[in-house]
This record gives sequence, C-alpha cells and structure tokens, in this order.
Amino acid sequence: MDLTCTEEEEAFRARLRDWLTAALPGLPPKPPPQDWPGRRAYDTAWQRALFEAGYADVHWDASPTRRLIFLEETEKAGAPYVGANFVGLLHAGPTIAAEGTTEQRARWLTPILRGDEIWCQGFSEPGAGSDLASLRTRAVRDGDSYVVTGSKIWTSHAEVADWCELLVRTDPEAPKHRGITWLAMPMDAPGITVRPLRTLAGSTEFAEVFLDEVRVPAVNRVGEENDGWRVTMVTLSFERGTAFVGEVVACRRTLAELARTARKNGRWDDAVLRRRLGRLNAEFTALWRLTQWNVSEAEATGGVPGTGGSVFKLRYSHARQELYDTAAEVLGPDALDLSREWTLDRLSSLSYTIAAGTSQIQRNIVAERILGLPKER
Amino acid sequence: MHFQPTEDQRALRTGVRELLEARFGREALRASGARLDRALWRELGDAGFFALRLPESQGGVGLGLPEAVLAFEEAGRVLLPGPLVATHLAAGTVAGAATGESVVTRVDGGLVAWLEEADVVLGDAADAVPVRSVDPLTPLHRVASVERPGPEAVLLTAAEQLGSAARTTELAVRYAKEREQFGRPIGGFQAVKHLCAQMLVRTELARAAVYAAAVTGDPVETAGAKLLADEAAVQGARDCLQVYGGMGFTWEADVHLHLKRAWVRAELGQPAAQAEELLAAAL
Repeated sequence: MDLTCTEEEEAFRARLRDWLTAALPGLPPKPPPQDWPGRRAYDTAWQRALFEAGYADVHWDASPTRRLIFLEETEKAGAPYVGANFVGLLHAGPTIAAEGTTEQRARWLTPILRGDEIWCQGFSEPGAGSDLASLRTRAVRDGDSYVVTGSKIWTSHAEVADWCELLVRTDPEAPKHRGITWLAMPMDAPGITVRPLRTLAGSTEFAEVFLDEVRVPAVNRVGEENDGWRVTMVTLSFERGTAFVGEVVACRRTLAELARTARKNGRWDDAVLRRRLGRLNAEFTALWRLTQWNVSEAEATGGVPGTGGSVFKLRYSHARQELYDTAAEVLGPDALDLSREWTLDRLSSLSYTIAAGTSQIQRNIVAERILGLPKER
Repeated sequence: MHFQPTEDQRALRTGVRELLEARFGREALRASGARLDRALWRELGDAGFFALRLPESQGGVGLGLPEAVLAFEEAGRVLLPGPLVATHLAAGTVAGAATGESVVTRVDGGLVAWLEEADVVLGDAADAVPVRSVDPLTPLHRVASVERPGPEAVLLTAAEQLGSAARTTELAVRYAKEREQFGRPIGGFQAVKHLCAQMLVRTELARAAVYAAAVTGDPVETAGAKLLADEAAVQGARDCLQVYGGMGFTWEADVHLHLKRAWVRAELGQPAAQAEELLAAAL
C-alpha cells in the first residue's frame, strides 16, 4: 500500500512537465463557446501537438498510472483537455483498438490520435436514453452496405464530427440486448441531418441527428453483426473508467480559488460556509485518492477499468454540483451574473448526474454488479 | 502505483480477522457489557495488536501505520470493545500496554472511555463523572479537560469507523438478498438497492481516504479521512437499520450497536466541526 510512482513513471512526469512548460505559452487564445469551427480547430491543433510530442496515445497504451500522471500534470498546467476529440480518444478509439480488425485499426486510429478526424457518439435515442438497449434506429443490409433509418439525440460534437460511433438495430426479432450492431458512420453521408440542441447553460454541446436511409459500408462494422451490445459495454467501461479523472484535479484548483475569494470578500467569516469548504476539501482529496485506488486496482488486474468507475462517478458527479452550489454562496449576488465563469460551470454541472449513465442507473450497476443484488426484472 | 494492500498486509488482515472470529464472535459481542475481557486483551497483546508499530528491538512487530489501520479496521468490523486506540498508542511508553497486560485509556475532548476498567489513564480525569453511555459496550465518563489526542489516534479511530461501515453494508446487502416481501427479495426493489449502493460508495470513498492518510501521515488528510469515515459509519448504520425495517429497530439486531458505537467514535479524536475547520484552514 503506497502512493509512490516508479522511477520510470517519475521520469515520464518530468519530461511531460518540461514539454508543457515549453508548449503552453505558444497556445492560441481559447475560442468562445459558440464558435464551433474555432473550437474544433483549437482542440485538434492541441491533439496534433500532443501527437508530435509522443503523448497522443497516452489514453490507450500507457499504463494506468502513466495515464493518471498525464491527466494530473496537464490539468495542473492548465493545458486543454480532450474537448472535441473526446469521443474519438476516450470511446471510439479504445473500442476500435480492442474490437476492430487490423484494417479498421489502420484506417481510424492514427487520424484520431493526430486530431485529423473528430468523432461523435450516436448511442442515445429519444426513446432510449438510460434504457439504451431499447434503441430503435434500424439498419437493413443491402449488398455491401447497411441502410440506416432513425434518429439519435444528445450527440455530442455532431456539428463538427467526421465520424459517428453508431448503434443500430439489425435484428428487430431478437431480444433487445441482442440484435444491436456497432457501426462507424461517415457524417458526410447523404441522408444525415444535424439539429443542434440548446442546453440550459445556453450552449450547443450536442445535437439531434436524423438518419434517412443513410448508407454505411458493411466494412465499417466493428465486431460481429448483432453483437454490438457487448462492444458497447467495452466502450462504456472506458467512458466511466477514465472520463473524469482530470476534472478532479481541476475541482481541487477551483476549491482553492473559492477559498481565496471567500477570504477576500468576507464570506470566510461565515462558519457554516467555511466548514462546507473544509468538507469539500476532504471530498475532493478523497476522490483523488479513490482514483488512485481504482487505477492501482486496474493495474493489478490488467488495465481494463472495472465497476469501480461507477462508484467514483456517483460520488464525483454529486460532489461537483455541491462545489458549484458552494461557489454560488461564496459569490453571493454575483452568482446570478452569467458572465462569471463559476455561474456557467454551475449550470454545466447539472448534467453530471445525467450524462454517461444517470446516478440512478449507476446505483443499479453498483447494486447489481458489485453487491450482487437481484436484477429489477 | 501499488496503493492496493501488499500480500503481507492482506495476510495480516486475514490473521486479525481469524483471531477475532475465533475469540470475539457474535455471541461474545452480545455477552460483553461494561466489563472488559482481560483474557482477550492479553490475547490481542500476544498477537501483536498493541505492539504492531513498536520496533522489533523493543519487542514489537516493527510495522507501520498502514498495517495498524488494517488491524483496526478489523476491530471496527466486529465492534471489539475497549480503549484499543489509547492502549495501542501507549505501547512502548506505558508498561504492560504493548503486551496487553495493561489497559490504557485517555482523556479525549471532555470524555473518557473505559475509565473504571483501565489500569492507566492519560490526561486529567480527576473530576470524572459517569455518563449513562448511549453505547452499551462503551462506558463513558465526562471530564472538564477538553484535551484531544493526536492525528494517529484520529486515524485509527477512522479505521474502526471504516470497518463498521463495511460491516453494516455487508449486513444490509445480505438481508436484502434474503428477506422477501411482495413475493421477492427486497434487494430487487430499487429503493432498497439504491440505499445499499450508497452505503458502498461512502465506504469505498472512506477507504481510499483512510488508507491514503495512513500512507502519507498527513494531519489534514487524516482529518478528511475521519470526516468521511464518520459519515460512512453513522449513515451506513442508519441505512442498514432502514433496510432491516422493523427488525432493525429491535435490540436483537446488531445494527443499533454499530450505530451507537459510530456515534461515540464520531465524537472522539476529531469531531466533524474541528476536522472541517482544519480542512478549511488548509485551503
């Protein structure tokens, strides 16, 4: 039981720190949230820089500890996170690496790593969010293609994406967890309509995607036909295992800023608020330790993230909301000012208990898969 | 990174668990009261429970805080009574503490546990007044002195809370699998399922915090670990009681013993308000 890294890992950290110190001053200013082409260009340029420095594949190939070091150091240095690259880097890429053919890996992995191609996620549907397996978008085999008709929703980065990791129903007669297939759909194919959705924070993070007889080449199928549910579970384990790690470091930085602000504006004298900040300090320190615990466990069992991700996500998503509610208390009337970064972050934090599996779904996962309680049906 | 317990540490944990299962099972727990079992105390001493961190040159086992935390977690699981933390910390300075021949207690923030059973009391307990203790297995006295023990005592108390939280989670889950209502196990109902899931989440977060504080020895991290372990133990016992339903409200179920001990421990070492102030000051 220790928290030290090996010499090799510490050397990796030192190299990365040096590189960040040199690379970050040359970074262009971050485009405003509504400038999608600008954001795509910004995010892909950063990914290209990581690729050229040899850090692009850290989410996939490095040891879990190295991944943790990478996220910790980039976040501490204030470097950009994955941004528009997130579906490709954290979901589609690892899934193709694990489940794809040699040709598929050759076709898609390097463009993801170089930041040349952006992916979006076509999993959820209006009638299939938390109950993902009840999705109804149909794909019918026609020669060398699947012909896809249906609609998807909550599709992050659909406006700027080149590819979509798409779940379709290929056998409507099969039980709902079977009969699903995982496809890579080119977003410039005829028959695709993207309609952005405006979030309560005023941003357009995601979109509705309508599919009208879209032809997807059969060679773009990852895994076997009708075996897409299993492939999806691989994707989701990556999503829950790694998606939030860097954010804990960012939350700890925000908490320190909150304390500084409270000391300046007099709110620190409020013992109730001060104690709440103290409790959040315990919370985020422990969440960081829990991450290290999960990573050390993954390293001991061969690197695949396990159900520990659900335990982490449950606690983290609520803690993040608590953090920004506390920020509002520190700010007082300024918390109603939309030009304050913390006000926007407070609004954005509301999605954390919903996205990537709601808290209710995560509790079912913890109860059924870790504690072994009976399934609901 | 090797944050997981090593093979030796796992073996130590198993050893302590087996000793306690053999010598302090449910029957012993329910038979124990305000009297301390001296034979068991000496057995704990023989097994190295109190001398765990004493150097081998002084007759100890020569292990560190992480190992002590694992041993105290096991003590917390079975609600082992007695001033375990005070005696463990007195090993090497108070004669007989290391071997379990002496029982050592100490003043802790206006309270002294096990005063009448102790051979040695650290701190000023001259004005001690007996309290009708909420925990039937922890006799308490009130004193004027508000002196508090150091971070190591806080961490070992947190480790006991962690063990109790893990135990009540297991009890609730086992009961939820067995107990049937409306023709099926209550663990199949989402309302019950989600209580159990939250118990595990609190326990696992507390575990990461307690183990990390044992590794770093940092007083601020220790304060955080105590805060989260108190929460996991107290809320875990309450949720377990809820899962047990009416049975949970009876004297026969062990749940109330976990809750009452968790309340006592939450008051000892570093209660929430003090921990939170320390954690805030460190920001």
